[in-house]
Amino acid sequence: MKIEKNIKLWSSLGMRATFGLIAMELAKKHPDLMITTSDVSTSAGLDRYKKKYPDKFIDVGIAEQNLIGVSAGLSSEGFKVISTTFAPFQTMRCCEQIKVNLGYMKNKVCMVGLASGLVLGNLGFTHCCIEDVGTLRSIPNIAIVTPSDPFELFKVLNEALDYKDSVYIRLTAGSNTKIINDKDYKFKIGKAVEILPGKDVAIIGCGNILGNCIEAASMLREKKIQCSVVNMHTIKPIDEEKIKEIAKKNKLIVTVEEHNVLGGLGTSVAEVLASEVSNCKLVRIGINDFYSSGGSYEYLKKIYGLSVEKIIQTVLSNLKK
Amino acid sequence: MKISKLKNFAKNIRKNIIFTAFKAGSKSAHIGGALSAADIIAVLYSDIMNIKKTKIIDDNRDRFILSKGHACLALYSALVEKKFLKRKELETFESDGSNLLGHPIINKLVGIEFSTGSLGMGLSLGVGVALAAKKKKKDYKTYVVLGDGECNEGSVWESVLSANHFKLDNMIIIVDRNNFQQTGKNQSIMDLKNLKNKFKSFGCETTEIDGHNIKEIYEALINIKQNNKPKVIVANTIKGKGFKLFENNNNWHHSVITKSVYKEILKEL
Repeated sequence: MKIEKNIKLWSSLGMRATFGLIAMELAKKHPDLMITTSDVSTSAGLDRYKKKYPDKFIDVGIAEQNLIGVSAGLSSEGFKVISTTFAPFQTMRCCEQIKVNLGYMKNKVCMVGLASGLVLGNLGFTHCCIEDVGTLRSIPNIAIVTPSDPFELFKVLNEALDYKDSVYIRLTAGSNTKIINDKDYKFKIGKAVEILPGKDVAIIGCGNILGNCIEAASMLREKKIQCSVVNMHTIKPIDEEKIKEIAKKNKLIVTVEEHNVLGGLGTSVAEVLASEVSNCKLVRIGINDFYSSGGSYEYLKKIYGLSVEKIIQTVLSNLKK
Repeated sequence: MKISKLKNFAKNIRKNIIFTAFKAGSKSAHIGGALSAADIIAVLYSDIMNIKKTKIIDDNRDRFILSKGHACLALYSALVEKKFLKRKELETFESDGSNLLGHPIINKLVGIEFSTGSLGMGLSLGVGVALAAKKKKKDYKTYVVLGDGECNEGSVWESVLSANHFKLDNMIIIVDRNNFQQTGKNQSIMDLKNLKNKFKSFGCETTEIDGHNIKEIYEALINIKQNNKPKVIVANTIKGKGFKLFENNNNWHHSVITKSVYKEILKEL
């Protein structure tokens, strides 16, 4: 019962505030935990954590290159480190530090990228993040996970601290996130989760945009189209087996991501399909490699074809072809 | 401490540097910056740092980070003198599959704490390591050798800000101030002006020394106070120090030592 209660509470709070709550639990579980930030304790929901565990909280100021260097240094000395700031700054501002300190040297740091995707559309594309997955995907020894909802974030964080590599956790959406997982389920980094079964078309998504995928699939099912939905929370290492299995069963795969279609989930799925003999067609929905005018989250989702209606349209038009 | 012992250690480092660079042949080696840091590294490794071959990964060992990773020949040479590395391994320098490349690769079992060489990163790692010592209540010290050209990197200054903010008096930063960088003098590429004052204005305790005077280096490193301030030693050095052909000649930043050059410079040892 407790889990169901948490699912509701956490989804109303959104990923960032939930991250702060989970951090309190992680500190109890891992005595060697250290959370590092770049002046974002409030945005990351970490104010309570900061107050309760001042010795396990390090703020390096607005200096993300130093954030990764200091985090790697702490990791090298045996601490379990979670670093966090807004997604563009957590990934691209310090990209080479991530390459050398975490990828090349294998110092383990769990990086949490806040408010990735389009949720900060009102602030413009300096703060939106549609490039983080593509940027990090080319660096060896770093897993990339986009939890679908705050409950999944809870699961990822618990696993990430003991994972063999550094992990980038990409948070999407704001508060009042859609609940994707309404009851407990088995989660493992690198293993996709089937949300709805089907055999005509499969929607593979990641992040909270999966909420739109589920709605679209439900409406397609009303039209007698057997549409499945798969939560590909881990983009690297991608679940190749699952993708191959889906390609065998379906005529069409549609990937849906709040990221540039170049370099993200769609690209990763395409790479797997490219080595398969399959008649299954792939259509990628996401940001089509351009910066649009700014605006609300809903406005941007429409522009980039990520609204429920647009997902349905894309599926239908491609099923006909 | 015997000055003669330290001088001899430094001499052996120089000997190893030119030997390895010569063996590397046409693969080239960073020579000038390794020789300018040689005396600093000699004093650290022969006398100052708490490191032992029998306890290479001991939790209480002092940590050394060569942020100017291209000076790795000085580091490898010191590790050979400490017997952490076999002399023969120097001959594998930059060869296929070698552990000793043109920039250090992390290998704690031989005393290399981090992979460095992408400039401006070592100091942040040092802040993390020194901060960890404070958190774990350990007495080890963290020594970071920075290049002066490296101080062009903004990330250096992010780290210096934080080293002061976190009161890391267990951190000792030594700047190899040889006044050159890859394509010319600091002054013409990117003028660093008064480095000592820059570090001081960030809150560090600073001293300026002759980076080739063994006694001055030793005294600067032995007098470390616990006063909440990171220590910065600006060591004025000469790029290519020890060999007339190389000194203050930036053509030897990264170059090939031919047989005839090797024969000639050996006489200066």
